[in-house]
Amino acid sequence: MTRFIIRRLGEALIVLAVMSFVVYGLINLMPGDPLDLMIASNPGWTAADITKLRAIYGLDQPMVVRYWHWLTAALQGDFGYSRVFTLPVTRVMGPALLQTTKLMGLAFLCTLLVSLGFGIAASLKPGSRLDRLINFIAFAGISLPVFWLALLLIFVFAVWLGWLPASGMGTIGGGGGFFDSLKYLVLPVITLSLSQIGNLTRFTRASMIETMRMDYIRTARAKGAGPARVVWRHALRNALIPVVTVLALNFGSLFSGALITETMFGQRGMGKMIYDAVLGNDFNLALIGLLFASLLTLVATILADIAYAVLDPRISLS
Amino acid sequence: MTDLAIHDPVAASEPLPQAARSVWSLRWRRLRANRVAMGGLVLLIILMIFSFSAPLVGWALGVDPNHTDLLARFDGASAEHWLGTDDAGRDVMLRLMVGGRISLLVGFTGALSSALVGTVIGLVAGYYRGRIDSVLMRVTDGVIALPLLPLLIVFAAIDLKKLGFSDAFMRSGDANFYRIVVIITLVQWTTVARLVRAATLSLLSREYVLAAQAQGASARHILLTHILPNAVSPIIVATTLAVGQIILFESVLSFLGLGILPPTPSWGNMLNNAQELVTAAPVLAFYPGALIFATVIAVNFFGDGLQNAFDPRSGTE
Repeated sequence: MTRFIIRRLGEALIVLAVMSFVVYGLINLMPGDPLDLMIASNPGWTAADITKLRAIYGLDQPMVVRYWHWLTAALQGDFGYSRVFTLPVTRVMGPALLQTTKLMGLAFLCTLLVSLGFGIAASLKPGSRLDRLINFIAFAGISLPVFWLALLLIFVFAVWLGWLPASGMGTIGGGGGFFDSLKYLVLPVITLSLSQIGNLTRFTRASMIETMRMDYIRTARAKGAGPARVVWRHALRNALIPVVTVLALNFGSLFSGALITETMFGQRGMGKMIYDAVLGNDFNLALIGLLFASLLTLVATILADIAYAVLDPRISLS
Repeated sequence: MTDLAIHDPVAASEPLPQAARSVWSLRWRRLRANRVAMGGLVLLIILMIFSFSAPLVGWALGVDPNHTDLLARFDGASAEHWLGTDDAGRDVMLRLMVGGRISLLVGFTGALSSALVGTVIGLVAGYYRGRIDSVLMRVTDGVIALPLLPLLIVFAAIDLKKLGFSDAFMRSGDANFYRIVVIITLVQWTTVARLVRAATLSLLSREYVLAAQAQGASARHILLTHILPNAVSPIIVATTLAVGQIILFESVLSFLGLGILPPTPSWGNMLNNAQELVTAAPVLAFYPGALIFATVIAVNFFGDGLQNAFDPRSGTE
């Protein structure tokens, strides 16, 4: 087990190193370069000054050399300055990460509860009216454009009914208490959860139906176990194993959803930070944000593999 | 495999009510019996007719989707503007039609090119196995797990001039379209690649493939005439479902100002425009989103029906 974890972490590091090079290359292909803003704000500079500055910042060197400089600095904990926020990248990342964790954590819980409930309910009587209704809801969830859903919710609950704030992270001057910030999270969490339940519901349902066809379920019934006991004690445990994997693999999709949700509701989380960084040509911030998001998904997949092995002793990791 | 029933000696000896059916006509019958899937197909066809008849309707009504009229902002429905006008006095219905054409074209082109890339990668990985396979599958798993939207945003922000594309190409509306198709292909090929690889691996051990190999058939011949035709069903299903996903990706990128750029309308960028007007003219924010939703759900219902028709075991009836 320990060897497996070490090997997977090693692989994840290699993937991350490759990613960092690719993303560095991509970000260098974005319009402009890190000096453009400086040049624009200092009209007195001559061409010679600019060439000199380029040399000082190392911008005249090939991409590989610049990447190497960036990498050695980053490994020592120096991720550079964010141009948009005029703060060190690490200082921007901290609060953004906290905000995203809140949003994604709550949405994850809601998604899990609703999808498991829907999935199990639908699987009990395949083809029934309830099953078809849940199936329709799941399809609707998969097919809804998240940003449109956010717009609709803002319109109904913030503009029309006036129950909840449309955007932001806390009432200005409102003390910034826990419940205050919670109020600002309601719509984002609903939006993000609705965009995720479709897939998971369908998957839970399929997994449950497949499990209910197994011989040991028939055996349990034959022994006289009641329907509730068959579902909760015998079927669910086994049906949930693949669901755990899907949950972890969905992390990337959850993050993508969080990006849209944060942008729509004006929440300064990781997703919005990456989006703002890319639009504002903030090379350092965009780079670290993307790499960090990738790292999180890699860790999620490793956790899924571990959970898989723990839940199902038949699977050996070596 | 579903086609086994056809070679079943008992079934063959019974008098057939009609001529022997091909696999495809059986599948078509199963699909036709699925009301939800057929509903999806009909809805999709209606939306396609709606979107692709834009030039005709524009000509008939004498309306240009890009014609602005600041004296006729936020007009209600009229004989000339069936769904009224937007904040720049442009005809809403015609812009929805033109935008739909672009969204659907991006969806279909992106799905086809992703299927092509995925098929080639899946065939190569499954046929050559060994190291090629493990490298390709690692890349596939990596791409599947990545947070795609942030990555797409970076791809979409790339300055194509730095890649050596000419200014003239950049300014033509085509650059936008091809860019979005290419970047979506870059992240969307994985599903088909995995399905094709799995099919290739299982088909390679069949006798007829072994026989072909023993006769000295080339890899290309085996892949194209023996393996690909038998792996077609999962490709079709995955490609259909991809259309919906791609339309969602396109609309969110356009909504974020990185996909199809105005003045060319797309459902996504129309929503971006309507976002600020949500209090002044909420219907402007309703139509494009409802159309995206309708298109994607139609595609998903149809794709799900295809899956059940191709592989009845996957259904739960």
